[in-house]
Amino acid sequence: MQITSPTFKKNARAALDDRQLQRALGNVRSGFIEKRAQAAAGLPEFEELRDRARDIKNHTLAHLDLYLEAYENAVAEAGGKVHWAQTAADARGIVLDICRRAGARTVTKGKSMITEEIGLNEFLEYSGIEPVETDLGEYIIQLRGEHPSHIIAPAVHVNKDQVEEDFRRVHTHLPPSRDLSEPEDLLGEARRVLRSRYFEADVGITGANFLVAETGSSIIVTNEGNGDLTQTLGKVHIVMASIEKVVPTLEDVSQILRVLARSATGQEMSVYTTLSTGPRREKDPDGPDEYHVVLLDNGRSSMLGTEFQEMLRCIRCGACMNHCPVYHTVGGHAYGWVYPGPMGAVLTPSLVGVDKSGHLPNASTFCGRCEAVCPMRIPLPKMMRHWREREFERGLNPATQRYGLKGWAFFAKRPRLYRFATSMAIPILSAFGGAKRRFSWLPLAGGWTKHRELPAPESRTFMQQWAQREALKQEARP
Amino acid sequence: MSARDAILKRIRAQATAGSGRGDRAKAVADRLAKHPHGVIPQRGQLEPAERVKLFIAKAEGVQATVQSVKSGDDVPKAVATYLRSRNLPASIRIGGDKRLKAMPWDKQKALEVKTGPSDGDDLAGVSHGLCGIAETGTLMLTSGPDNPTTINFLPEHHIVVVDAADVEGTLEDAFARLRKASRRKGMPRAVNLVTGPSRSGDVEQKIILGAHGPKALHILVVGKAK
Repeated sequence: MQITSPTFKKNARAALDDRQLQRALGNVRSGFIEKRAQAAAGLPEFEELRDRARDIKNHTLAHLDLYLEAYENAVAEAGGKVHWAQTAADARGIVLDICRRAGARTVTKGKSMITEEIGLNEFLEYSGIEPVETDLGEYIIQLRGEHPSHIIAPAVHVNKDQVEEDFRRVHTHLPPSRDLSEPEDLLGEARRVLRSRYFEADVGITGANFLVAETGSSIIVTNEGNGDLTQTLGKVHIVMASIEKVVPTLEDVSQILRVLARSATGQEMSVYTTLSTGPRREKDPDGPDEYHVVLLDNGRSSMLGTEFQEMLRCIRCGACMNHCPVYHTVGGHAYGWVYPGPMGAVLTPSLVGVDKSGHLPNASTFCGRCEAVCPMRIPLPKMMRHWREREFERGLNPATQRYGLKGWAFFAKRPRLYRFATSMAIPILSAFGGAKRRFSWLPLAGGWTKHRELPAPESRTFMQQWAQREALKQEARP
Repeated sequence: MSARDAILKRIRAQATAGSGRGDRAKAVADRLAKHPHGVIPQRGQLEPAERVKLFIAKAEGVQATVQSVKSGDDVPKAVATYLRSRNLPASIRIGGDKRLKAMPWDKQKALEVKTGPSDGDDLAGVSHGLCGIAETGTLMLTSGPDNPTTINFLPEHHIVVVDAADVEGTLEDAFARLRKASRRKGMPRAVNLVTGPSRSGDVEQKIILGAHGPKALHILVVGKAK
């Protein structure tokens, strides 16, 4: 997909003025946070499980080559085939080959973020094969010609009346007088329309939440059941997975599953957790004849051994964006590529380059909520800071910012000068604060004060207040 | 160099920095062979009777309906009653599972029993689960001629029979059972862990049951816990 991360500021501006979007984002703020908190509180071992989940992924990443080899052998033993793809283009080519050999005209798709990452839908369409998204949220945004704005709730930016408009525009074979006023009506219509598509499709493509080295299984975790219909009814099942999805054993999967759904939707377990191992067996009455796994690298192996390695623990639960004040304010599309929110702010520069996405690690208040809720304990703010450092080192941020920082650094490195300067400036600012004790405009910071007010400082600096407090304590002692 | 070798080479360049390949290979082989347990929630470590109680409570908590019956002989009647109570036609789809086949379906005169995979037109399907999982009210179903996967997803109503004696406490217990069951023939093509009926929250985050899979999940727990 076209990357618009370089215009993040413009995107964010537009998002703030988008009333439909702002209404829809209310659902993120109100729903996810409380559900996760309740689910976490409901399992006394939750924090211990987070530690364990982190350790499992760290162990796996330390031996990723060996686990991938073990996984590949197990897939082959079960009659499936693993295809290795270094780049997005390689992965697209592999999928197209499999589809062509199967004589596919339509493919159904379960939800998969890496098919977004490699731009699979556009490529298949261009190659004359129709991709049909079957997850309700993905189906809605496919009809709208959009991309997901959230990794687990792709259509979270859309309101119900917009979905109704889209369905009326596209499902023209249905009577115009039908009632589509409730979410139930919309879901029912999508269910009926998509049912026939599963049976027509030659190939079913799904993502993977886990690949199990022990058994050669791929696992999808879903609520709707569309992924299961996609992979059961097509003649060929293609699993799209990135290399860091592998985990050693079923016991390890059990540990991570316990933190995944709770962190994502606040469920104890998603409705469907499905392990797929190879194609249909000789006596099986259903299931695909072929089972393929496309293992995508696309920049991930280069993250190993760097300060961004820990990002490869991510299980794509979405908790970081659900708790992010920036995501709450601008939504997912403003981030300009596939992965939004804090995880996107770290992953996007790794995958597409910091020169194109330097704004993203800056789009954070460093409030730390993302790290506090991350089930895999990924230090997201720390890694965003690493990107800011790299951006600065490479001179990618604007000159005013660089000189501003240099100016500040000059004072910050000279504590006495810094204290003297602030002790002069603070009383002046304080005196100008007025009765409101707030500034609605400041010279050189008009852009900042345009949307918020700066509280006027107290009449003395922190250091002065501290010194006074300590002195009082001394006096109070007998 | 193949894509496979190039990717593995890049990974290896980082991984081998610490220890030798021999040590690492042993660590990996050990973990795969011994599959050590992690943190097991206290909640799932219960006596059999308590386990079944928790299983039922958890399943009902995720909008499944649950009914206990004394023995397999009572299942056809319970199925027929369920269909009537939901105003559904007296027709079900089942696979070749011996336990299901041995049940007295013929005593339910009006009930039509179709066998084989679902074609998408069935309103109700009946499966036999490998086991239940108490900690989350989850069912474990395995693919094959006994219980075709299509029955789990295509009918609007999915009725799952599970023996009370097969209700496990935790996910790890269920995977241990799966491992034992697939020791000879290997893993089944599909293992479905099912926790309640299908649902979606994709329209304004409002949860609605019956997205693409079954709108209702009815569980029949057979017999007593052992």
